[in-house]
Amino acid sequence: MSIDTLILQQPTRRDFLKGAGSATAMALTVGFEWAGPTRRAAAMAAASAGAPFAPNAFLRISADNSVTVIAKHLEMGQGAYTGIATIVAEELDADWAQVRVESAPADAKRYANLVFGTLQGTGGSSAMANSWMQLREAGGKARMMLLTAAANQWHVPVAELSVEKSVVHHAGSQRQAPFGALVRMAAALPVPDKVTLKDPKDFKLIGLQAPRVDVPAKVNGSAQFTLDFVLPGMLVALLKRPPLFGATVKSFDAAGAGAVPGVVKVVQVPRGVAVVANSFWAAKQGRDALKVEWDDTHAEKRSSAALMEEYRQLADQPAVSARKEGDAAAAIRNAAHTVSASYEFPYLAHAPMEPLDAVVKLTASSCEIWAGDQFQTVDQGNAAKAAGLDAQQVSIHTLYAGGSFGRRANLGSDYIVEAVSIAKACGADGTPIKLQWTREDDLHGGLYRPMYFHKLEAGLDANGKLTGWRHVIVGQSIMADTIFAAMIKDGIDSTSVEGAATIAYDIPNISVDLSTTKTGVPVLWWRVVGSSHTSFAVEAFIDELAHAAGEDGFSFRRKLLDKHPRMKAVLELAAEKSGWGSPLPKGKGRGIAVAEAFKTYVAQVAEVSVDDSGHVSIDRVVCAVDCGTPINPDVIAANMEGGIGFGLGAVLYGAITLKDGRVEQDNFNSYRVLRMNEMPKVEVHIVPSNEAPTGVGEPGVAPVGPAVANAIFAATGKRIHVLPFPKAVLELAGRTSA
Amino acid sequence: MSTSFVLNGKPTTLDADPNMPLLWALREVAGLTGTKFGCGMALCGACTVHLDGQPIRSCVMPLSAVAGKQVTTIEGLQSKPARAVQAAWIGLQVPQCGYCQSGQIMSATALLEKNTAPTDADIDGAMSGNICRCSTYTRIRAAIHAAARSLGATA
Repeated sequence: MSIDTLILQQPTRRDFLKGAGSATAMALTVGFEWAGPTRRAAAMAAASAGAPFAPNAFLRISADNSVTVIAKHLEMGQGAYTGIATIVAEELDADWAQVRVESAPADAKRYANLVFGTLQGTGGSSAMANSWMQLREAGGKARMMLLTAAANQWHVPVAELSVEKSVVHHAGSQRQAPFGALVRMAAALPVPDKVTLKDPKDFKLIGLQAPRVDVPAKVNGSAQFTLDFVLPGMLVALLKRPPLFGATVKSFDAAGAGAVPGVVKVVQVPRGVAVVANSFWAAKQGRDALKVEWDDTHAEKRSSAALMEEYRQLADQPAVSARKEGDAAAAIRNAAHTVSASYEFPYLAHAPMEPLDAVVKLTASSCEIWAGDQFQTVDQGNAAKAAGLDAQQVSIHTLYAGGSFGRRANLGSDYIVEAVSIAKACGADGTPIKLQWTREDDLHGGLYRPMYFHKLEAGLDANGKLTGWRHVIVGQSIMADTIFAAMIKDGIDSTSVEGAATIAYDIPNISVDLSTTKTGVPVLWWRVVGSSHTSFAVEAFIDELAHAAGEDGFSFRRKLLDKHPRMKAVLELAAEKSGWGSPLPKGKGRGIAVAEAFKTYVAQVAEVSVDDSGHVSIDRVVCAVDCGTPINPDVIAANMEGGIGFGLGAVLYGAITLKDGRVEQDNFNSYRVLRMNEMPKVEVHIVPSNEAPTGVGEPGVAPVGPAVANAIFAATGKRIHVLPFPKAVLELAGRTSA
Repeated sequence: MSTSFVLNGKPTTLDADPNMPLLWALREVAGLTGTKFGCGMALCGACTVHLDGQPIRSCVMPLSAVAGKQVTTIEGLQSKPARAVQAAWIGLQVPQCGYCQSGQIMSATALLEKNTAPTDADIDGAMSGNICRCSTYTRIRAAIHAAARSLGATA
């Protein structure tokens, strides 16, 4: 953290500025916060131009012209830092080459995610959507203050000034000044209450390919992840957790672990027994030598196969209604044709490349955390509770995260709380401790995408028109028994039914019901959350209906989307760009699917081929996306490409299974993910738009599974009803599966 | 116990358990943190470094096994192919989370040092041991081709 960021938190400056700017409706914390004397003196000596200008919580301009944007969102790969900086720089007319990004401290008052209300955190593909107006105003107000400073200095009207790449120009007098030369005067001005934002036609950065701010450091090995973060005297801890969910420590024998050179301490914490050492290798060997006896009285001991069998039975029992219009049962009863199908979805691990890790420095009165933190406010609260401190005594430094896909935003803050509890058990003496998970810890560690069973039934009239739709979903709630439980309304956890209860197709009689199960297996949102399963069920089933109606999958869907023009438009765009309807050689098949997730619309057409020996390969995916104003088209394309690969790996191979309660997958050999040789070609087409931007981190995942399944049907005549794609189906098509 | 080898062109002696995987010796003893830990079982490639010019998984290579040899990490990349790879990675904006990219770049560089015009099949062969959970694979492939073209153009 730089000196300047610390200065932003000094209350004295804010008192001084109380009258200058009241909080806006967007909760923008506006106020002047000057640099301290040291920084100011240094800056003035260096540039003779004044102190940094920090007109609000989101940016700081220094005398050397550098523009530092303060990111309230975690950068976990999706380009949040670049998007955030682009929005600020756009309204500021900053020179992109001089824009830097640093992470915001944990401070929900200034840095709440406006979609989450009062919580600071990143998720739900909301970083751009919730930052859009807030950061445009932040940039625009700062620009206005810099212009006013120049106008005052030159005695010219503000209206005669323009800004180009961080330089203010006055055409009439041919005067110009870089931002750095104006920061001192700008900092003395009141923050404007209102600012006129740019007309989108004047955007210079938004919609163009601003290079990502994090790429150079990620290409030379210098980007700092938690794995790389080191403090003097830091120890490394590995935690031995119970082999069954819900088991607890009965007793342990630390003799073997203690004998490993480098092991410093062996401590019991609520989640297990930790081995604390002066290196990862010592901690790992110590943990291997540690003997723990577990009490599994209250542990989950069922197998996932048995759970799925229970779910199948539950699908025929009464459930809670998530949506009901007309009389679906009667419509299906009276239909000329009926179609039914079920779909089964396994538990899925997020398996981000960086196994979970956190560094904690705990004393009797403070707790400092360094992590790729995705849920700062929740983590602050949970860490405080584990430490026995107040939340205000917990500070969080957010570092780059080596992926997350939802895993680091968990309501119990598992990895953070473990690290804090280990530091506490070690005496809370200020010794920094890094808790490091291994890949095995990650795959065994729970908080999976829940397992689900879907049952669908639909009726078509004699003309092939869809008249009735019944959908029953069975599975665990993500929010039940968490601090978010209050968000469950009338027995419906929206994350269980989104994409199904919100189905866009125009169906006169529809019912969507939810049967919520309970198991001892901890669950969590996984990239694209509910749509990771609902999209497959809906889009695979609608394809079965199109086939039953004797109609093409594209035109059957299209007719049902008149009330959803944006969804219809992406469907049409994907079809057009993929050459939908054009003949394919024998052994090839196309499949289409469309989804809405987090208000972003994505349609994909997958092309698969089956060679003479029956091997299926996924050759190409054409993707159309409407995410409102495209802030950075290249980042959007990257997220679609990545989402497609991530989703494809899951439907082809992904499954966490339990045998008598024990997770059967240990590492990437048994939990397969997509690799280079399996990645299809991807084309991304972005719908031009001036609508407010929506997210792109997750929605690209939703349609790929069903698009590929539908393409496999087109090529082989085989439908897929169990995920991951069953070996039998692939083997029927001749594929050798591993 | 100490192990001596050449690290990024410099004679180096590391005082550590000879059984310690090279990955952790590089990271925690030599202080070179660009090489990442992803699986500990040579399954993901995040820990890829060059041993006498060959890409190896440092998470399963004991420190003692590199005695007297040349080890190159992301921090020590200097060859022409390496620079072409890094330039292409920036040009095509390959990284997302970036965690696996040191390993990807080490594998791609090793490929181009042997094969200046790799086919897609060559790329599959050389790169399928490196997992990217963000699935930047299409850009990795394109960047390797771009780097190969730039090397051809300057050869």
